[in-house]
Amino acid sequence: MAVSSSATSTVMNNVEAVRATLYEALKSDDRTVILGEDVGARGNVFLITKDFINEFGPQRIIDTPIAEASIVGIAVGMAMEGLRPIAEIQFADFIYPSFNQIVGEAAKTRYRSNGEYTCPLVIRTPYGGGVRGALSHSVSIEALFYHVPGLKIVAPAFPADVKGLLNAAIDDPDPVLFLEHKKTYRLIKGEVPDGHYTIPLGKANLLKEGTQLTVVSYGLYVHWALEAAQKLQEEGLSVEVIDLRSIRPMDKGTILRSVEKTRKLLIVHEDNKFGGIGAEISAMVAEEALFHLDAPIRRLCAPDVPAMGYALPLEEEYMSSPGEMAEAMRELVRF
Amino acid sequence: MATTITMPQLGETVTEGTVAQWLKKVGDSVDKYEAFVEVSTDKVNAEVPSPVTGTIREVLVKEGETVATGTPIAVIDEVGAAAPPAPPPAEAPKAAAAPAPAPASSNGAGSSAVSNGTPDSALRAASPAVRRLAREHHVDVRTIKGTGTNGRVTADDVLAAASMGPSAAVGQAIASATPAAPRTAAPPPSGTSTYGEPIPGTVVPLNQARRIIAERMVESKHTAPHAWSMVEIDVSNVWKWRTREKDRFERETGHKLTLLPFFIRAVVESLAAFPLMNGKFTPEGIYVNKDVNVGVAIGLPTNLVVPVIKNADQLSIKGLAIAAGELIDKARRNKLGVDDLSGGTFTVNNNGANGSWASAPIINAGQAGIVTMEAVIKKPVVRDDDSIAIRHMMNSCLSLDHRVVDGYVASGFLADLKKRLERMGPEGSL
Repeated sequence: MAVSSSATSTVMNNVEAVRATLYEALKSDDRTVILGEDVGARGNVFLITKDFINEFGPQRIIDTPIAEASIVGIAVGMAMEGLRPIAEIQFADFIYPSFNQIVGEAAKTRYRSNGEYTCPLVIRTPYGGGVRGALSHSVSIEALFYHVPGLKIVAPAFPADVKGLLNAAIDDPDPVLFLEHKKTYRLIKGEVPDGHYTIPLGKANLLKEGTQLTVVSYGLYVHWALEAAQKLQEEGLSVEVIDLRSIRPMDKGTILRSVEKTRKLLIVHEDNKFGGIGAEISAMVAEEALFHLDAPIRRLCAPDVPAMGYALPLEEEYMSSPGEMAEAMRELVRF
Repeated sequence: MATTITMPQLGETVTEGTVAQWLKKVGDSVDKYEAFVEVSTDKVNAEVPSPVTGTIREVLVKEGETVATGTPIAVIDEVGAAAPPAPPPAEAPKAAAAPAPAPASSNGAGSSAVSNGTPDSALRAASPAVRRLAREHHVDVRTIKGTGTNGRVTADDVLAAASMGPSAAVGQAIASATPAAPRTAAPPPSGTSTYGEPIPGTVVPLNQARRIIAERMVESKHTAPHAWSMVEIDVSNVWKWRTREKDRFERETGHKLTLLPFFIRAVVESLAAFPLMNGKFTPEGIYVNKDVNVGVAIGLPTNLVVPVIKNADQLSIKGLAIAAGELIDKARRNKLGVDDLSGGTFTVNNNGANGSWASAPIINAGQAGIVTMEAVIKKPVVRDDDSIAIRHMMNSCLSLDHRVVDGYVASGFLADLKKRLERMGPEGSL
């Protein structure tokens, strides 16, 4: 982490960390523009951009129609022509209309123009469930995009990482999809260093060292995996927890080094299992560290159903609890 | 069709190899490119892939036996040819009287299946890690009591079994196959073959690595007249620099940042200034190497290995730290290959970890010198203006081949090295 100014810090939740980082980006660089549904007068549905329009004006805080393809399409053009747009998709569930603009345009800009143009675009969007958001306010979208070269995907869990990674995403010359887990927005609080700093994209964070099992996760589940691992610690079982932070590029080295040490791997994510991020991690470890594995790789993920239900039992069934995570960890450690 | 497999030449200067372990027995089928035998040479263990798909018909060299490269070691019937029935064991197992179950590998073909009552399902259920560790530590999975779910043998079980030492049978096989093993009229009883727990009054058999080390050391001391010199270096600034960078470096690269890469960087610069130090003595003259390949001596519990950082002069301090870190990782995991260990033109020995402040190293045969890093010790130092300061001081010792250079060049080299290190830091980019 490159901290440029003072060593002081402020306690924030994830919403405050996003807000503070966006504010600094607007203050420090005139090229920064925010556009999306309700980001202006309404100040974003989570109040992340509240009052920004009063200070920076409607030219830089742009309320758009409900038209995601246009939000990203306009942002791609802005980015190619020298602005630093931060586009917001109000909920990740609504990102699909802009799939072509993200995958077909933004991710390919550098390649298509032979490096003449880049697309320094950040697309922020709240994702994830556990808030009774039902079918269209609970989805995880990362696996739909992580197949795409040219696109970076970030999913921080802690306020300090939100700030460092969002700064890095804004600085990055290529498009970054910035995923904010909405259940962590006000639930998770932590110290955030003051002043400008970045955390490199593509670097995982080894949150807890352990010797008997490696657990890899990202987003909300990092907190629950950590809680489960602490519980196992009290039972005398030693679990290592890695917060991916960046989904792509993926920090293979940190995962492989850990698996070589612990010889067992559990991946937990909220997204569906089939073809999810865990599938790529499993394949990578099987390719590069097979002879260090002392147990089959295990994935604890959502079932392959079309969406998270509204009814509480359905939501709970869809999501993995810290208790389920602890049980999966126990089984693997004892395997 | 039968294909005869010969002892491969593992490395340009290697003339012989020892069959460390047969991974396949007579009668076993083997796929093309599948490893079927493990051969050990000068400090390297290498698995040899089969050139054909077929069935092992005959094994011509016993485990522990050393033969010249090119000597036939096995015959494989290629797929399609009728394999004759497996012959009976060539000899009675030497360890038949030993109470502990002998590893399958030291028995003749076919006998392993009846050597104990544990079902082979234990082997089939072995995880990749268990199989690898068992092979590396010469442990028979079937002899281990598993502590995992349903009695599964875990990787930790293998390591626990390995830490109790290989069985006496394996030790004897190595000893009897080793020509340089000490022989007396009435040999004393053979002790445990682990170097960790020698038993007083017994002979610890020489393994391949120990025998090669012994030969190399004698060769170097006999042929190269060693001269020795030492300088004291003020490394305070380098120390500060390294201390400031080390946490970030480890977080970003996964490798520890020690003083070693800084030292190697200074060494390669000094070698460029004194190219004869990067040479070697030949009867025709002093051959001055084009490349600067720095060997790094790494002590392992059982033996010393000296992996080589190739073209070390082309690497930054960061590059050297990563290269050295990777070699050290490989060495500890017993993963060094022939390429990692060959081609050295000069050697650095980081000797100070345990507090040594002076040593007289033996030159790696075929090189002109070896230089050590001794312990960094805080000392009161009288500086040029007669003030006294507490500084981080490190001795560096040089052994040189006096046939290649004289003390004039050697002391110039050491003085240059000292100057370069003292100028490094406390700021800079790695």
